[in-house]
Amino acid sequence: MKRRGTWKRLLLPLLLAALLPLSGCHGSKGLDAFEVPEEFDASRDYEITFWAKNDTNKTQTAIYQQAIEDFQEIYPNITVTLRLYTNYSDIYNDVITNISTNTTPNVCITYPDHIATYMTGENTVVPLDDLFVDEKYGLGGSEVLYDSVTEEEIIPQFLEECVIEGQHYAIPYMRSTEACYINKTYVEALGYTLPETLTWDFIWEVSEAATAQAEDGTYLVNGQEVMIPFIYKSTDNMMIQMLKQLGAGYSDESGSILLFNDTTEELLYTIADHVSTGAFSTFKISGYPANFLNAGQCIFAIDSTAGATWMGSDAPLSDISEDKVVEFETAVMAVPQFDTENPQMISQGPSICVFNKSDEQEVLASWLFAQYLLTNDVQIAYAETEGYVPVTTRAQNSEEYQDYLSRSGEDNSTYYEVKIQASQLLLEQVDNTFVTPVFNGSASLRDAAGQLIENVVKSVRRQETVDDAYMEELFSDVTSLYRLSLESESAYGKEELGPLPPMAVGLLAGLAAVWILILIYVIWDARRRKK
Amino acid sequence: MMKKFVAMLLALSMVFALAGCGSSSDEGSSEDGTVSSGTADASVAEESEADSEAEAEGSASEAAAESAKSEGVMTYAEYIAADVDTEVVIETYVQAKQSWWEDQATVYTQDEDGAYFLYNMACSEEDYEKLTVGTKIKVTGYKSEWSGEVEIIDATFEIEEGSYIAEALDVTDLLGTDELIDHQNEYVSFTGMTVEDSGDGAAFLYSWDGSGSDGDDLYFNVSLNGETYTFTVESYLCDNTTDVYAAVTNLQVGDVIDMEGFLYWYEGVNPHITSVTVQ
Repeated sequence: MKRRGTWKRLLLPLLLAALLPLSGCHGSKGLDAFEVPEEFDASRDYEITFWAKNDTNKTQTAIYQQAIEDFQEIYPNITVTLRLYTNYSDIYNDVITNISTNTTPNVCITYPDHIATYMTGENTVVPLDDLFVDEKYGLGGSEVLYDSVTEEEIIPQFLEECVIEGQHYAIPYMRSTEACYINKTYVEALGYTLPETLTWDFIWEVSEAATAQAEDGTYLVNGQEVMIPFIYKSTDNMMIQMLKQLGAGYSDESGSILLFNDTTEELLYTIADHVSTGAFSTFKISGYPANFLNAGQCIFAIDSTAGATWMGSDAPLSDISEDKVVEFETAVMAVPQFDTENPQMISQGPSICVFNKSDEQEVLASWLFAQYLLTNDVQIAYAETEGYVPVTTRAQNSEEYQDYLSRSGEDNSTYYEVKIQASQLLLEQVDNTFVTPVFNGSASLRDAAGQLIENVVKSVRRQETVDDAYMEELFSDVTSLYRLSLESESAYGKEELGPLPPMAVGLLAGLAAVWILILIYVIWDARRRKK
Repeated sequence: MMKKFVAMLLALSMVFALAGCGSSSDEGSSEDGTVSSGTADASVAEESEADSEAEAEGSASEAAAESAKSEGVMTYAEYIAADVDTEVVIETYVQAKQSWWEDQATVYTQDEDGAYFLYNMACSEEDYEKLTVGTKIKVTGYKSEWSGEVEIIDATFEIEEGSYIAEALDVTDLLGTDELIDHQNEYVSFTGMTVEDSGDGAAFLYSWDGSGSDGDDLYFNVSLNGETYTFTVESYLCDNTTDVYAAVTNLQVGDVIDMEGFLYWYEGVNPHITSVTVQ
């Protein structure tokens, strides 16, 4: 059973993140930069912690546990303690909370956006470039006790996503994108045929058609009292992808915030129009798209490919009772596009970072475990739990994984058709994926992008007027809520701090006076003694 | 004289400097030395649990709620009749606090006529402390529905004079009936239910499918008259330091138990249990 709860915590990390740059003044001495030891000291025992995220999926938990067990057989002197989370926000919260006390985990599943915030602590996250190329313990290293992948075997695009400020601060673990899970039966019942490439125009048109109701208030397409034709799970992704497809601003590599622009406003007006007719809603406002889709109460459900096992009449995972599930044909397509000749979709999925410690041997032990997660046993097993794809060519091209893909639809568990179609979608579209620039504050900006949509949807549903004045206020409110001006200023030191307050001036003057007096006294005393 | 003056100045400067740049050490630490924001509201759950116990001991309603509403305030019937996404103004009484995050509180409340779930209501930490069980509050917000759970969101509140603590209503006989939803979010009890296998012989699971670990929600199956229902210990409401969390982790398949909790809804009834007693 899924539940909401992740997003309600979003504001906490904002505050904590804002405080991180100050931690240097509050007793938390930064660590020295990590240097790769020449030798791994195998005579010592190491205890490392691994904070991992699963998709509320028991199989994923089991795979992590198996990976740890297998790794510990190879390295019996390294004990790995697993701490499980079911969402990224909680990991983010806890890491930030623990940075100031130097109690971060050793290895952590995370997003690059989050790492950018972690990096505001001094030498908190280990840059991995030196480790990658270390002859003995690097990727494919000669002294690694298992068949380690080489750097060339990691899909370059996925590896590139882990670069922050010119260095690799993570290795990719799994990759996913978003998919549109479609009730094809209803689309055709409405007189439409799915195009080769899904477009926003098509989705809006069919969604509007699906809002037609009978005199008794039931919807014509499903005969039920509930129908929300189009539901989007992650509205931050929705806004980001729409802007990218239109070539409009969102942010840039230098951390400039470009989200609040005319195109954004136009998109929000379009969304508002479709909310007013009941054609569109969001996860935060109505519930999980999968629940509505499977109950025949939604036609276009956009969610991660990593949520594919929840989608469709025969989905192996479901939160609704069997009697509510409606039989329909499920189509899995890429997210809608504005330009069908140049499709673009987000690349997402977990990465792995290694936290710095005062003991370099402990960091090296952590790194050995981190790269173990790229081996085929882990990569293939985990990728098969959802609509993920492995991040190495070794895993993707393996006989085992190719066999898995070829058996799509053989059953409704391991070979669940919708899940494998979701993975295939990403495999085919890798070249059309993109990521957003990563900087300190990029996680907040992402939240803000989604908040714009959520606020507009709420306002329309509440019959509020959505006009230019509304938009102006919305932009201002969201900027303030996510401290975007503060983030960008503090991150890059642009903020003019102004003159020192009088009390500080007084204290500094007092200190100076004391030192002068001490000096005078010492000189006076020395002369007195001479005499 | 000079030495004393210098020493005094130095001492004062040190004191001020340390005060200005002192390390805050009031963060709680878990056993492994890490700090978890995810369990930051353990005290809240403890309080909720303690409140529930106090309620049980004190029994019954301690003070009669005034049935008459203030001017401009909806009756429960009017609230139920109101459309989703419309503004509602209600007067109600705190029954349990689920969580507080960054000036947002989630609270179970109830008056004599029915219950109101307040989700992420604007609330300072200081005010949250004032929301003890029984406290009367006037709430202005928007009626909303999320996966079957009817609630009030984007709300503000003010504390008023008055107190009411609801008695747990025994809804055991209503399980499986259409009437049950009429008591959504109320403080309720279930009696004489049998603990069933939640999977692989376990009496409970961490998270819905066993994918979680200590500290996550607990899910367990209980049956009555041949029908099985899934109940939950919601970790925000009652975390792993509470009696109910410990009690559920000690359940055995076949135990016959009585329970109290709140009648939460998620794609169907999903009671959030606050106490369990093995018969």
